[in-house]
Amino acid sequence: MKILVLLSQVPDTTARIAFTENDTRFDANGVQFIVNPYDEWYALVRALELNEASGGSVTTVTVGPADVEPTIRKGLAIGADEAVRIDAQPVDGLQVAELIAAYAKDKGFELILAGKETIDHNGGQVGGMVAELLDLPYVPMASKLDVADGKATVERDVPGGLEVLEAKLPLVLSTAKGMAEQRIPNMRGIMAARTKPLNVSPAGPVTGAAETTKFQLPPAKGAVKLIDAEEAGKLIELLHNEAKVI
Amino acid sequence: MSVVAFIDTRGSKVPKASAEALTYARRIADAEGGDVVAVTFGDAQGLGALGAHGASKVIVARHVKHVDGQQLTRLVAAVAESSGAKTVVCVHDATGKAVAPRVAARLKAGHVPGALDIPENGQVKRNVFSGKAQAWVLTTSERRVLSLMPNSVAASSDGGEAAVEEFTGDLGAAGVTVKEVKQAGEGIPLPEADIVVSAGRGMKGPEHWGPVEELARTLGAATACSRPVADMDWRPHHEHVGQTGVAIRPNCYIAIGISGAIQHLAGVNQSKVIAVINKDPEAPFFKAADYGIVGDAFEVLPKLIEAAKKLKAEQ
Ligand SMILES: Cc1cc2nc3c(=O)[nH]c(=O)nc-3n(C[C@H](O)[C@H](O)[C@H](O)COP(=O)(O)OP(=O)(O)OC[C@H]3O[C@@H](n4cnc5c(N)ncnc54)[C@H](O)[C@@H]3O)c2cc1C
Ligand SMILES: Nc1ncnc2c1ncn2[C@@H]1O[C@H](COP(=O)(O)O)[C@@H](O)[C@H]1O
Repeated sequence: MKILVLLSQVPDTTARIAFTENDTRFDANGVQFIVNPYDEWYALVRALELNEASGGSVTTVTVGPADVEPTIRKGLAIGADEAVRIDAQPVDGLQVAELIAAYAKDKGFELILAGKETIDHNGGQVGGMVAELLDLPYVPMASKLDVADGKATVERDVPGGLEVLEAKLPLVLSTAKGMAEQRIPNMRGIMAARTKPLNVSPAGPVTGAAETTKFQLPPAKGAVKLIDAEEAGKLIELLHNEAKVI
Repeated sequence: MSVVAFIDTRGSKVPKASAEALTYARRIADAEGGDVVAVTFGDAQGLGALGAHGASKVIVARHVKHVDGQQLTRLVAAVAESSGAKTVVCVHDATGKAVAPRVAARLKAGHVPGALDIPENGQVKRNVFSGKAQAWVLTTSERRVLSLMPNSVAASSDGGEAAVEEFTGDLGAAGVTVKEVKQAGEGIPLPEADIVVSAGRGMKGPEHWGPVEELARTLGAATACSRPVADMDWRPHHEHVGQTGVAIRPNCYIAIGISGAIQHLAGVNQSKVIAVINKDPEAPFFKAADYGIVGDAFEVLPKLIEAAKKLKAEQ
């Protein structure tokens, strides 16, 4: 199958979150960047697994400036055939989606896989927007995907249960836990990644619909109120009478 | 200016998140002057009662039985056009995520996923960096789509009856077909729970979850767990909370034998009140907690259960 995987770059999960320029920009100083875990662990690995069974190609696409290239090379090391970077500095999810949809249009991708959400923007929106712009069906937060005879069978968690869905290809999905197991790139993969193509594609026009104007850190928590283990039952009393949450 | 609210009304009663979304839409409509048009699908009866939460009118597409993003997007966009609405409200949950981003792309509208409050000077607050920060998003497009984070707004129910209209127009073919819905067991779905009792590797093994479940049952809480616990199959995967699991924001989160790693906190730090039980006084979770007990879970849990039973008996 010809599969497109949407890879984004995010701050490492343990990165210190701080802002600069009057709290209008993320402070990237000293921050380590990684591939968004959902994109890498689930979308990319499932794409590779499906093709190991049936043959095909996996292309990754990332919207971002040149400095994301070292991060997205990891996708090639894990096994993608080709990486594409669309050269832009998007200000919202719609711009990302417009650039990806313009790139993917008419290229004949049978599956387009995104992550459930980025761990910095937490939008959970780019996949659905790409699907709408390409007029394709979309299933968010899929935890299982199989393909046979041009048809995909997808599972996803919904409140209080699990939905089993069927859709014809081409199809856009966002992927969540359960989809695949994380793969660690080996030495051979890392060497091979050096010679695989990382192509840069220019950005076309985008809509300006939303922008983040200000960030704020959550207010600091007060000190924890400790309860003696011998009188643990008091916790229930405090949660009821003082905090009024149970 | 009308506000369109796309909500799920399937199930035996109106889902809590849908009532919240209608209340939210009502507050925006009141601030800007206008009506709330609720848009829904499926075969739920008695939809006029949605007026209680703020809807003036309900438009239902009965021929759409399941969440099909393409059909529902056409429906919501059509109603937004015909009612001249500038704001479309959705819920930031499994149903909303299939529809809201699509509606935004279709209408070239700015989208605020996980909105926490009504707009202030056109800006809407939301969580970013997995709950480690908040951001204000300004929508600059003519229309906007606001996806409300569940549990952010208290649902009101003091309105009257809404008029109900059926939408029978063509919404095109469904792109996805639902083959089967497997209901999870009893219990409260995690994202909707007001109280969550959660446990981690400190419980030593799946055979020790009895007291965790008993405490949850007594308090009317849902159960959750840390990632390694789900990875080792001690607990089902849908219970895994955190950065790579479910993000929740209950009123009360009780964490037992969980160290409080930053990736775990990312999924629970929006809880109103956090209580932590851990035998290690240095466990990082205590820094994020409102209440704490330094002690052995196996000794503390029976005491909590006993106190919870006493409380419930008195209520
Ligand atoms: C990219 C990435 C994403 C991740 N995403 C998530 C995520 O979404 N969710 C998540 O939870 N983790 C996540 N993790 C893992 C996270 O870093 C921690 O490893 C994990 O949360 C630890 O789980 P735990 O607290 O149950 O176990 P441990 O860290 O082993 O902690 C067990 C705790 O139990 C206490 N304890 C032991 N015995 C007792 C007893 N008898 N009574 C009371 N207390 C006791 C110990 O003092 C300890 O604090 C992620 C990690 C990475 C790298
Ligand atoms: N800049 C980007 N480049 C490529 N893919 C992206 C980008 N931003 C988001 N995505 C994809 O869209 C998914 C959802 O992102 P978001 O809507 O920001 O939560 C991510 O998991 C990625 O798969």
